[in-house]
Amino acid sequence: MSEKMREYVEKDADENSYYVCPDPDLYEDLLEGLVENQERYGYPSCPCRQASGLKTYDADIICPCEYRDADVDEFGMCYCGLFVSEEVSEEPDKLEPIPERRPPEILEAAMDAEEEPELEEGEDIPVWRCKVCGYLAAREGPPPICPICKAKADRFERFNFSTG
Amino acid sequence: MDAIKKVEGDKKDHEVKLFALSTCGWCKKTKKLLADMDVEYECIDFDKLDSDEKKEMREELKEHNPSLSFPTIIVDDDCVIIGFKKDEIKEALEG
Ligand code: SF4
Repeated sequence: MSEKMREYVEKDADENSYYVCPDPDLYEDLLEGLVENQERYGYPSCPCRQASGLKTYDADIICPCEYRDADVDEFGMCYCGLFVSEEVSEEPDKLEPIPERRPPEILEAAMDAEEEPELEEGEDIPVWRCKVCGYLAAREGPPPICPICKAKADRFERFNFSTG
Repeated sequence: MDAIKKVEGDKKDHEVKLFALSTCGWCKKTKKLLADMDVEYECIDFDKLDSDEKKEMREELKEHNPSLSFPTIIVDDDCVIIGFKKDEIKEALEG
C-alpha cells in the first residue's frame, strides 16, 4: 500500500515539476499518514491536517491539496513538506514548518454539519459562483478559497442557470 | 493507542500539552524531540478522539490556536508554540 502511495506521489511530483520530501524519515512518515487516511476515510487526505471524513468538506485537502501550489510558490514546500521546490530539495535544511493557509472555518463547518450536504436525487453537481470576481466552479461544495481572487468559501453562492 | 495519554519523562518542571495528529510527520518530530529531552507531557492525538471529545478539544485548541493546526504545544497554559519550531520548544522547556 505504501509503495503504491509512493508511486502516486512521485508521479504527481514529476508531472508538476515538484520534488518529493528530501528528509527521508519525514517522507516515510507522510506516506504512511496518507495510507492511513486513505484507509480510514477512503481518500488520501492531508496527513498533517484534521480531516472530517466528509468528502464534500475535505475536498480541498485531498492530497495534492488546493493549497500546494501557493505554498510551494511562497515557501518552497507544501504545508506537510511532501512536495518541495528544486531549491528545497537540494537544501533539506530549508524544510521547516510553514503557516496554515487553509481557513479553519472549513473544518469547523464540517464538524458541526456531521453529515454530507444532501444532493436531491437526479440533481447535478452544483455550480458555485464567486460573488467577488465571478469565477465559476462545478463541485459538491464551494471551493475553500477562490483560486482567482482568494475570496473565502462564504463568498460563494450556488449559481442557477435559469434565466427566469 | 489511547487518544489522550500521559507520556512519562524525568523533566516535569512545566505542564506541557501537545495537540497532535497521529498521521502527521511534523507531530512525530515533535514527539521525538520531547522524548529526547525527556519531558513529561500530555499527548492528545486529535484524530483518534471520538466525535464528542473532538468538539470539546476543538474549543480548547481554538483558544490557544485559532487556526486549529498541528502540532500545537502549550506550556504552562500560556506559552503556545505552533508547529515544530525546534528552538522555541527547547527554549520554552529548558529555559
Ligand atoms: S500539504 Fe502537501 S502532503 Fe498535505 S495534502 Fe497538501 S500537498 Fe499533500
